[in-house]
Amino acid sequence: MKPAPFEYYAPATRDDALALLAAHGGEAKVLAGGQSLVPTMNFRLAQPAILVDLNGIADLFGIAEDAGGGLRIGAMTRQRTVERSPLVATWAPLVAEAMPHIAHPQIRNRGTFGGSLAHADPAAELPALAVALDAQMHTQRAGGARQIPAADFFQGLFTTALEPEELLVAVVIPPLPARTGTAFAEFARRHGDYALVGAAAVVTLDAGGAVAASKLVLFSIGDGPIVAHPAAAVLDGTLPTGSAIAAAAAAAAAAVDPPSDIHATAAYRRHLVGVLARQTLTRAVDRALANAG
Amino acid sequence: MSHEITLTVNDQAYTRVVDSRLLLSDFLRHTLNLTGTHVGCEHGVCGACTVLLDGVAVRSCLTFAVQAQGHAVTTVEGLASDPAHLHPIQQAFWEAHGLQCGFCTPGFLMTLVPFLHENPDPTEAQIRDALSGNLCRCTGYQFIVDAVRLAAEKLRAAPAGAAGGGL
Repeated sequence: MKPAPFEYYAPATRDDALALLAAHGGEAKVLAGGQSLVPTMNFRLAQPAILVDLNGIADLFGIAEDAGGGLRIGAMTRQRTVERSPLVATWAPLVAEAMPHIAHPQIRNRGTFGGSLAHADPAAELPALAVALDAQMHTQRAGGARQIPAADFFQGLFTTALEPEELLVAVVIPPLPARTGTAFAEFARRHGDYALVGAAAVVTLDAGGAVAASKLVLFSIGDGPIVAHPAAAVLDGTLPTGSAIAAAAAAAAAAVDPPSDIHATAAYRRHLVGVLARQTLTRAVDRALANAG
Repeated sequence: MSHEITLTVNDQAYTRVVDSRLLLSDFLRHTLNLTGTHVGCEHGVCGACTVLLDGVAVRSCLTFAVQAQGHAVTTVEGLASDPAHLHPIQQAFWEAHGLQCGFCTPGFLMTLVPFLHENPDPTEAQIRDALSGNLCRCTGYQFIVDAVRLAAEKLRAAPAGAAGGGL
């Protein structure tokens, strides 16, 4: 057998899962879709003593409009469900645009929205989207709950603000402001591979057509999602002309410090940052103009 | 740590005692002797081990057997009632030379069953996207794409339910 031995629990309720995590803390690992955890267990890179399987907890699944506006996505919602959700297409078009880029259909059939966020792979799409959209991570532990802004949730390589006994239960994505457009792009050598570089852009225009606020989030070039503040500094307050966007993209590329590996050199990744920044900012502006009517 | 699980595989009920760490792929092959499901990379990249879990294509090497408790699994053995009457997708692979060594073929077939059910007349781009998670080292994929087109034609022409078991 490939994985090392472990004790397996399949709680039927959220409270049962939280009690198991409270009892076993750091020894236990949460099993969501398993599309990242099980490979690492098959390689014995991970050898958790206890697995707490969330697949039987019905109220962790599902997508709904949130009471406060926006979208509430249960942590166990399959990525394929998110990809095909009309609610997601309406409320979070950036997420809908990015979902088909995540791995392959068979992986998305099983992989979960919350699982990818809690895993915090620096090459994964969903953490970058959560940061771009100012998502709120709703977590629970036995006897308590809290909300963590996405910007504070991701703390480095495969590291989040989650405590060992804490569970990510849902993600709330706030509604986009008026006159806002979003865009996603990534470059991978083959479709479904981890991206060499990815980018998500959110641009809000003011009534005069100038950029009121912009946010460019890059991934796969560091320890986690990277907000390209220099791009926003160039673009915000200006009319989003082609040359202004090109200057913002150049500022983003100049500021990053990407790694070199067998897949791409740092210089090539930096070049890709500039290209993808320009593409996504341009499309986000076009969509913001279209949304402004 | 052992668990008793009850599940259906190809519409037949099984109850077995399994270790929690037993992968569904190894359960199918070693415990049930259903060796049609092939094991390639065992970390979710190659797609050879693809089976249907409640009708949805998943990697059986990334699921523990214990997680299949109460669920329905369909493997390549569930496609054809006997060797003389292949499933239309199998027949199309045969006719269009959609395989050479055949190692990856069960995974391709199981990926295609739900895909062609949802997309009876797919474009080449849709076919290639659907197959992006299945690796073949022999064919260069061209004949596989041809086989999928032929399979789609056969399925569109077949009377509903003719493939058996709703597959």
